[in-house]
Amino acid sequence: MNKQLIKQPILEIRNLKTWFPIKRGIMARTAGYVKAVDGISMHLYKGETLGLVGESGCGKTTLGRTLLRLEKPQKGKILFLGKNLLDLKRKKLQEMRKRIQMIFQDPLTSLNPRMNVLDIVTEGLVEYKIIKKNKEDHAKRLMKEVGLDENSIYRYPHEFSGGQRQRISIARSISLKPDLLICDEPVSALDVSVQAQIINLLLDLRDSYNLSYIFISHDISIVSNIANRIAVMYLGKIVEQGPASDVINNPMHPYTKALINAVPTPGIYKKKKIVLKGETPSPSSPPPGCHFHTRCSEVMDICRKTAPQESKSGMRQVWCHLYKGIG
Amino acid sequence: MIQKNSPGLNNEKKLLEIDKLTVSFETDEGVFKAVDDVSFHVKNNEIVGLIGESGCGKSVTALSILRLIPSPAGRIEKGRIILGGKDLLKLDIREMKQIRGNAVSMIFQEPAAALSPLHKIGRQMIEGLMLHKNISKKTAWNIAENWLKKVSIPDAGERMYSYPYQLSGGMQQRVMIAMALMPAPDLVIADEPTTALDVTTQAQIFELIKELRQSHTSILLITHDMGIIWEMCGRVIVMYASRIAEEGNINDIFFKPVHPYTRGLLKSVPKLSTEAGRLMPIPGFVPSPFNYPSGCYFRDRCPQAFDRCKKEKPQLVDLGNGHKAACFLV
Repeated sequence: MNKQLIKQPILEIRNLKTWFPIKRGIMARTAGYVKAVDGISMHLYKGETLGLVGESGCGKTTLGRTLLRLEKPQKGKILFLGKNLLDLKRKKLQEMRKRIQMIFQDPLTSLNPRMNVLDIVTEGLVEYKIIKKNKEDHAKRLMKEVGLDENSIYRYPHEFSGGQRQRISIARSISLKPDLLICDEPVSALDVSVQAQIINLLLDLRDSYNLSYIFISHDISIVSNIANRIAVMYLGKIVEQGPASDVINNPMHPYTKALINAVPTPGIYKKKKIVLKGETPSPSSPPPGCHFHTRCSEVMDICRKTAPQESKSGMRQVWCHLYKGIG
Repeated sequence: MIQKNSPGLNNEKKLLEIDKLTVSFETDEGVFKAVDDVSFHVKNNEIVGLIGESGCGKSVTALSILRLIPSPAGRIEKGRIILGGKDLLKLDIREMKQIRGNAVSMIFQEPAAALSPLHKIGRQMIEGLMLHKNISKKTAWNIAENWLKKVSIPDAGERMYSYPYQLSGGMQQRVMIAMALMPAPDLVIADEPTTALDVTTQAQIFELIKELRQSHTSILLITHDMGIIWEMCGRVIVMYASRIAEEGNINDIFFKPVHPYTRGLLKSVPKLSTEAGRLMPIPGFVPSPFNYPSGCYFRDRCPQAFDRCKKEKPQLVDLGNGHKAACFLV
């Protein structure tokens, strides 16, 4: 393998902004923007999993969709294998999309109910003219890969359970041997006893296909079981980023602390409880200064006025005035 | 080992007793049992957790208590539901209305679906109060407004005139909690009250429920999340495929589980971990109620299944201290 490829990140995002205009009035003039993704930079190496954690409305899903160009960003760069996805024209983009695949939250709505499994999992292969015949063989191979019965390829999505359906969408997503898989809440709709099966399957496939994942979830405990690195998002911005074990063991940003503390952990009795006050502000009118200051327990004067800059120490980055000047 | 105090252990009076409840549903594909021979009780001032995966019958059990099973598809085939000495299944509709939203209230999973989109918050809140407490509109309005303040809704006075869509999910759930606790009920049934909410909001909601619960109110908390059970409950009932698998106080269930399903569930839950690595799932998936295996319903996913599990249905065995399990291993 090319040495350059290993060293260079497979994906690099620079100052990405996806803003949705708010239209008002008869003339539908733009009255403002919902800054769903507001200046995010990050990178991902081959074979690595980046966990993207945040609560509803923080922009994590929009970020995932923007990477596939399902949303049009306002600004920024998405460098995938060195090429800026945002500059690509239709044909080139389609070639690139082959290498980035997505798994959605609800496998029932993301699988076409009128197609049988055979057609679903080989659709990409046929569309990209990679195979012409032997669809059945390819489908069977993919089914085996994700732990499903090879003989069920003529069945339809509704005949499967939730966990099995998610396996089908995983089979579809790996059919084109992608480099990057964006998993948007892939286990949130599943039963607890099945969630672990899917996580294990994703871990196995990562190793056998040398895949990179962006794993989006609201549940930091699930993310901690699969991610090498974790990025925590709040109102369109990353507030903290670093190696998973560091972020879990030693969260720096007050929001990350609260998020980890809020996870009910069976068998462990918490001495100190952090309960955040108030609600997440609307992303259309985020508070000035640090977006988190309205709910932060350690808020200072400066937080209300100035947005925090990145503080970096080693592999970790945090955007908080408390850590100004570290590293 | 960390021991948790389970509130209400000294108070032995049973508030709710469910005895051999069986509920069946008729569908196009045939008749199936959603709840099969389920018996348990809730004592005064106790928070009991009912945990299980989708389709295990936990919500149907809860709806049966309020007799809200969709009819004619669903039918309570047999059993008794005794609340404060009265068998709820023998009451007529008028008497049942006196129970609902008064002695027993409910918090649903989706506040947006449970609140009427057409009526203002205030009007929805006072409806039940005026019906059950025989008070004037003005008094009811004041009580409701006070409760909105208690559940920390800012500008409570103004919010009384808001429509549900004008509130966030967390705020809507606060309204639901206020409505459920307002009549000072004996029992609150909370069916996945925070599943639709963010974790930080979930933490707020649970603090609120703990804080505002009147001293005599018992809670039956239905959830699929072991973590929530640990944080909230004193006792747990584990359901699997329409039947009770195990029951006990939370220390027994979390530290000395005996049913392989409970053990599997505890192991498979993704926990906050500092190292990514393989989890320990339960193999297979929850069977459809039309395809339950013979004998023990868990046997084809059970790592310890043996011959007897194929032939007989295990019954709940008392292991002492209220710890019960339906498994031939005990």
